[in-house]
Amino acid sequence: MRKLSPAYQPGEIPAVDPVGKSLPQDSALRHVLGSAVYVDDMPVYPDELHVAVGVSPHAHARITGIDLAAVRAAPGVVDVIVQADIPGSADISPVFEGDLLLAGDTVEHVGQPVFAVAARSFEQAHRAVRLARVGYETLEAQLDVKAALAQEDFVLPSRRSRLGDPEAAIAAAPLRLEGEMMIGGQEHFYLEGQVSVAHPDEVGVQVYSSSQHPAEVQKLVAEVLDLPLHAVQVQVRRMGGGFGGKESQAAPLACMAALFARRTGRAVRYRMPRWADMVQTGKRHPFWNRYSVGFDSSGVIQGLVMDVAGNCGCSADLSDGIVDRAVNHADNAYFLHNAQVTGYRCRTNTVSHTAFRGFGGPQGIVTAEAIIDDIARAVGRDPLDVRKANLYRPGDSTPYGQVIEESVLVDLVAELEASSDYRARRAAVSAFNAAGGILRRGLALTPVKFGISFTTTHLNQAGALVHIYTDGSVHLSHGGTEMGQGLYTKVAQVVARALGVSIERVLPSATRTDKVPNASPTAASAGTDLNAMAALDACNRIRRRLVDFAGEHFGCDPASVAIRDDHVFAGGECLPFADFISLAYLNRISLSASGFYRTPKIHFNRETGQGHPFFYFANGAACSEVLVDTSTGEYRVTRVDILHDVGDSLNPAIDIGQIEGGFVQGMGWLTTEELSWNEAGAITSNSPANYKIPTAADVPAEFRVALFQRPNHAEAVYRSKAVGEPPLMLPISVWCALRDACASLCDYRFNPRMDPPATPERVYWAAQEAIRGGRP
Amino acid sequence: MKFYLNGVPQGCSDNDANTTLLQYLRTGQGLSGTKEGCASGDCGACTVLVADSTGQARAVNSCITPLGSLAGRRVLTVEGLAQGGEAHPVQRAMVDCHGSQCGFCTPGFVMSLAGLYQRYQGDGETRPERAEIVECIAGNLCRCTGYRPIVEAAQRMLDYPQRAILGDSGSQSGAPAGEPDTRPLLDGERQYYLPRAEASLREILAAQPEARLVAGGTDLMLEVTQRFEQFPVLVDLSAIDSLRGVDEDGDFIRIGAATSYRELLGHPLLPSAPLATLLRRLGSEQIRNRGTVGGNIANASPIADMPPALMVWQAEVALTDTAGRQRWLPLDDFYLGYRQTVLQPGEYLSAIRLPRAALATPHRLYKLTKRYEDDISSVMCAVSLALDGDRVARVGIAYGGMAAVPQRAVAAEAVLRGARLDDQSIARACAAVSAAFQPLSDVRASAAYRLAMAAGLLQRALLALRDGDPPGVFDACEAGVSHA
Repeated sequence: MRKLSPAYQPGEIPAVDPVGKSLPQDSALRHVLGSAVYVDDMPVYPDELHVAVGVSPHAHARITGIDLAAVRAAPGVVDVIVQADIPGSADISPVFEGDLLLAGDTVEHVGQPVFAVAARSFEQAHRAVRLARVGYETLEAQLDVKAALAQEDFVLPSRRSRLGDPEAAIAAAPLRLEGEMMIGGQEHFYLEGQVSVAHPDEVGVQVYSSSQHPAEVQKLVAEVLDLPLHAVQVQVRRMGGGFGGKESQAAPLACMAALFARRTGRAVRYRMPRWADMVQTGKRHPFWNRYSVGFDSSGVIQGLVMDVAGNCGCSADLSDGIVDRAVNHADNAYFLHNAQVTGYRCRTNTVSHTAFRGFGGPQGIVTAEAIIDDIARAVGRDPLDVRKANLYRPGDSTPYGQVIEESVLVDLVAELEASSDYRARRAAVSAFNAAGGILRRGLALTPVKFGISFTTTHLNQAGALVHIYTDGSVHLSHGGTEMGQGLYTKVAQVVARALGVSIERVLPSATRTDKVPNASPTAASAGTDLNAMAALDACNRIRRRLVDFAGEHFGCDPASVAIRDDHVFAGGECLPFADFISLAYLNRISLSASGFYRTPKIHFNRETGQGHPFFYFANGAACSEVLVDTSTGEYRVTRVDILHDVGDSLNPAIDIGQIEGGFVQGMGWLTTEELSWNEAGAITSNSPANYKIPTAADVPAEFRVALFQRPNHAEAVYRSKAVGEPPLMLPISVWCALRDACASLCDYRFNPRMDPPATPERVYWAAQEAIRGGRP
Repeated sequence: MKFYLNGVPQGCSDNDANTTLLQYLRTGQGLSGTKEGCASGDCGACTVLVADSTGQARAVNSCITPLGSLAGRRVLTVEGLAQGGEAHPVQRAMVDCHGSQCGFCTPGFVMSLAGLYQRYQGDGETRPERAEIVECIAGNLCRCTGYRPIVEAAQRMLDYPQRAILGDSGSQSGAPAGEPDTRPLLDGERQYYLPRAEASLREILAAQPEARLVAGGTDLMLEVTQRFEQFPVLVDLSAIDSLRGVDEDGDFIRIGAATSYRELLGHPLLPSAPLATLLRRLGSEQIRNRGTVGGNIANASPIADMPPALMVWQAEVALTDTAGRQRWLPLDDFYLGYRQTVLQPGEYLSAIRLPRAALATPHRLYKLTKRYEDDISSVMCAVSLALDGDRVARVGIAYGGMAAVPQRAVAAEAVLRGARLDDQSIARACAAVSAAFQPLSDVRASAAYRLAMAAGLLQRALLALRDGDPPGVFDACEAGVSHA
C-alpha cells in the first residue's frame, strides 16, 4: 500500500483517455509488416484438403444427370459430394429460404454450385472439377428486371410506405415530371476473397471464417451437419474487406469446409479464387426505379410516387431488408409532403444479390438526387437552391412515419456551401462552359441522410465479454467483426475510457461464437453503436464491483473512488491499476463480466410501412467538380469537399478513413464499375481485368474532408455516430456533376439521361443527347 | 536453380516448372505476408521487389512471375523489409498516416512504395511528385482507404531516418555462369529453361518444339493461375541480352522483342511524348516491369496497345527459326486472324525495327478506357501524319479494339493521302473509318461507341496534328514523370 506523498497531485499522472484520439488501428503495425493473419495465412496441416465446386453453365436448367466418375478418379481427389450427401439442411438461407449449398434438381443461375470436390491441393481440386459430366435441359430464364416486374415475378412480397395523398398533390402541383432510372449493381471486390478453414474436433467442428456474421455461420454449419449449435465454434479475427459481401456470402464456404472436415476427419480449406468469387457470389442489387413528382415553381416538392424494383437475383437472401432500405431512403434528405414509395423484389436468373455497404439506401438516394436535379432544370434554379428548399426541417415526417428531430443538414449544407466556395465556383464553371468547346466542367453539392439501425428490429442487440487479468491487462471480446473499419480499435478506446486505463492495456481479441453468443452481423453501420455499448455495459459491471471493493477495503465512500489514468484513487490512497487489480483478485472480486445492449426507441411495422425504424440519422454532404471531354466521355474528378456528421468522433482518423474510403468506393459504383451479363445470363464482368474499381489516379489531389462538429442528439456511445455506410452516398455529387457538365451542352434546359454507372461511354451518350437537344 | 529471398539463398530446383513466385512464397515457404488478391496481375496485393542488374528494385506481381525467371536474382518480400523486427520507414509512414484499413492490400502497397523509396533514398531533400507516386501505386488496388492516406505516406516516408531496402549489389539473371544454359533449371515432370543466348534458345526449341516461350509472362501465366494449365516446357527469354534493349541500326531503331515496357519508357532513342503517355497507362508499374513489347505483339490480342502505334510507324518484325534464319516482315502482315499469326512452329519473334524517320513524323496515340490507369483499351487509335505544305504527304492510321486483330485503316489513309488537310477531308477520313470496321459489343464498350470513337479519335488526332493540341481532360495527370 502506497500512501500519497504530500506533494502528489493527481494531475501529475498523464491523462490517458483515448476516446476522441486519432489512434492507429490496433492491427496497423501487423498489416504493414505482413504479420497480420488472415484465414488463408493460417498454417496448413499436412493432410489438409482443398475445396473446389463445379457450377452451372446455365441460367436456368433442369439437371438430367451427373457423372462424377472422372472427378473421383482425378489425381489428389479425396471426396466428392452432391446435394444428397448433405446430412442436414441443404438450404443455407440467412432469413427466408431458397439459397442452397448445392443445387438439387434445377439450377437457377450461371455459377450455381452443383457438386463439390475435396483434394490434396488447391490446383488438383480445380482441375478435377473440370472432368465432371453434367447433363442439363435448359429452361426459360428470367434475365430482365423490368420483365420480372411486369410479370410480378417476385422473390418476396412488395411493400409500401405512404404519407398524405401523393396522387392528389401531384395532380394539383403546378409542375410535374416523370422519369425512370436503371441503376447498376456493384461487385464488392474485397481484396481478400471468400475463404474458410474447418478443423474437425471430437464433437463437432471449429471454423475459421472471413465473415461479418459468425453467429449465422455457426447456425448454418450446425444445420448443414445436423449438429446442435454448441458443437460448432466459429472464429473471425479479421477480414480482408467485407463491405456487406461477407454478411451472408461467407456461409457457403464455411458450410462446405465443415462438411468435408466432418466427412474426412481432416482439416479443410475452401478459398475462392477471384474468378470464381466474381461469378459465384452476390453483388449490390441493380435497381430499376420510376417516379412521378409534383412541385411548385420554386422547385419545392408537393408529392412523389416512386416504385423501386430491386433485381434480387434468384433467391431472397437479404433482399427483404435491402428493398425496404431503398424505399425508406427514396426521400434522402428531402421533405416530400405527400409520398408513396413501393418496393418490389424482382426475381431473375442471376446470382442472388446481397448486402453491400448502403444496403439498398444508395439506390433510393441516387434517384432522389436525380429527381432534384431534374426539378432544378425545370424551374431554372441552381440545383443547390432546390436542394436547400426541400431539406427536412425538425417536425417533418418521412414517408415511413418517422418524424425528423435533428436539424443537422440545413446547417451542414450551409457550412459546406461556404467552405467549398460553391457560389464562386458555380460562376466559374458557368463562365468556362459558356465559352463553348468540347471540354465542360460540372459541379454539384449533394447531401446524404442515412438511417442508423437494422430495419429488422431484433438485430439491434449486442453482447460483449471483458476480462481483467491479475496483471491489469484487459481482454476484450464482442460480437462485432473487424473488416478494416476500425471497430476493434474504437471499442477498445471505449473500454479503456470506461475502465480508466490506457489503450495499451486493452487487447481486442478474435470474435468467437463461444465467447459472445448469438451476435448480430457486423452491418448496418451499427458495429460500434451496438458493440461498444455492450462492452461499456460489461466494463460498468466490473467497475461497480471494483469501486465497491475499494470503498470497503479503504474504508471510504465508494462514490469518492476514482479509477482513471491507470490508477485507482480511494480514501487518500493512490494505487497503480495493476496493483489494485491484483488486490481485488486476492480479495475474491470477479474481474470478468459480459455486457449487453439493445437499441432503445426503435420500432417498424413492415406491413404498414410505418414506424420509427432508425435510432438517429447520420448526415453528410459533398461538393464535387468534374472536367469532361464531351467528345469521348472521358472525365476527371478535379476537386472534392466533404463535410460529414459523425457526432462526437471516437477516433477522427478512423472516421475520416471511413469517409474517404466510402466516398471512393461509392464513386466507383457510380462511374467506372460496370457489371454486365450476356444474353445467356453469364456475367461478363468477371475479372479485375474487365471490372474496374478506382485506383489512386481517380482520387483528386484536392480531396478535403472535414468532420461536422456536433454531438449526436441520440444517446449513442459517447455521443458518436455511425460512419460505415453513409459516406458511400457522398459521391452521388460526382454523378450529378457529370450530368451537370453534360447539361451545359443544352444550356441547362434539361438533364440528359445518364444511368449509373457513368462510364465514359455513358457520359458520351448523355453528351450526345444534350447536343441533340433531347431524346431522338 | 538458386535465387536470394530476403537475403537468404534458396535452392528450389525441385519445384514444378509452372510454379509462380507467389505459390513458392505462400505454399512452399509459409511466407504469408504476400497476399493473393486476383492471381492475374490486376490488383497488386502480391507485389514483391526484384533487383535488376543495377541493384534497382523493381516491383512485380509475384502471382504471375514464374519462379524459374528469378534464377540468380534477389527478391525482397514484406517480411524482409523490416530489419530485426523494426519497421522500415515505409512501414512506419503507412502506420502513421493510417494507410491501412483491412490490411490485405497493405503488404503490396508497402512493397510498391519501397521500390519508389529506393529511387529517392539518399537523395537529400528530393521527394517524389504526387503524379509519380500515383503512377507507382496505380497497379495496387485498395478497396478501403480511398488511397489518400497511402499517397500521404509516400510523401512522408523519406522524412524518417532513412534506411536502405537492399544492399548495393545488383543481381544477374540466369543460372550461374559456367553452367550450361541448354539444360532445364527446373526439371521435373515439366521443364523450365532460362537460356542466356539465342543459340541456346534455338537448340532448346529444336529439341522441344512444343515449348512455350515466356518473356514477361504477364499474359501467359494467367493460363496457369486462372485455368490451371500445366505447360510441359517453358522457355524464358528474359536472360538473353540479344533479345533486349533499344539500339540504332542504320536507318532503323531496333527493339529487342523481350524489351520491357519500362525499358521503352523514356528511352532516348524513342523520343515520343505520345508513346511515353501511352506507356504510363499500359498495365501498371508491376506489369511494365515485366511485360515486353514482343509479348504484346506475339500474343496477338486485338486489344494490345503497342501494335497500332508500331503499325503507323511502319514497324517490321524479325522472325527467327531454329536454324537461325531470320526474316523481316511488316507488322501489318504478321496477323492472320483472331489470336493467329504467321509464326511457324519453332520460330520466335526476335526483334522489331522502325524507320527513324517514322518516329520523327508527328503522331498521336489515344487510348480509350473505362478507368484511366491500368485498364485495357476499348479503342486504341494511332495516327501518324506528315504534311507537305497543306497536303498530306504520308499518313498512317491504325486501331486496336476495332477488329479481330490490330488493324490499319487503309481506306481512311487513302482518303487523306495527297489531300489537303481541311475539315472536309478530315470528315471523309472519319467516314471511311466508320465504314471500314464492324467492331464487337463486349464488356468494355458497345459497338456503336467503338465506331463513334474510332472516328472521333481520328478527328481529334488530325485536328491536333494540324492545329496543335487543345487542352485535355488528363493534362494535369500527364505532367511528365520521368525516372530511370
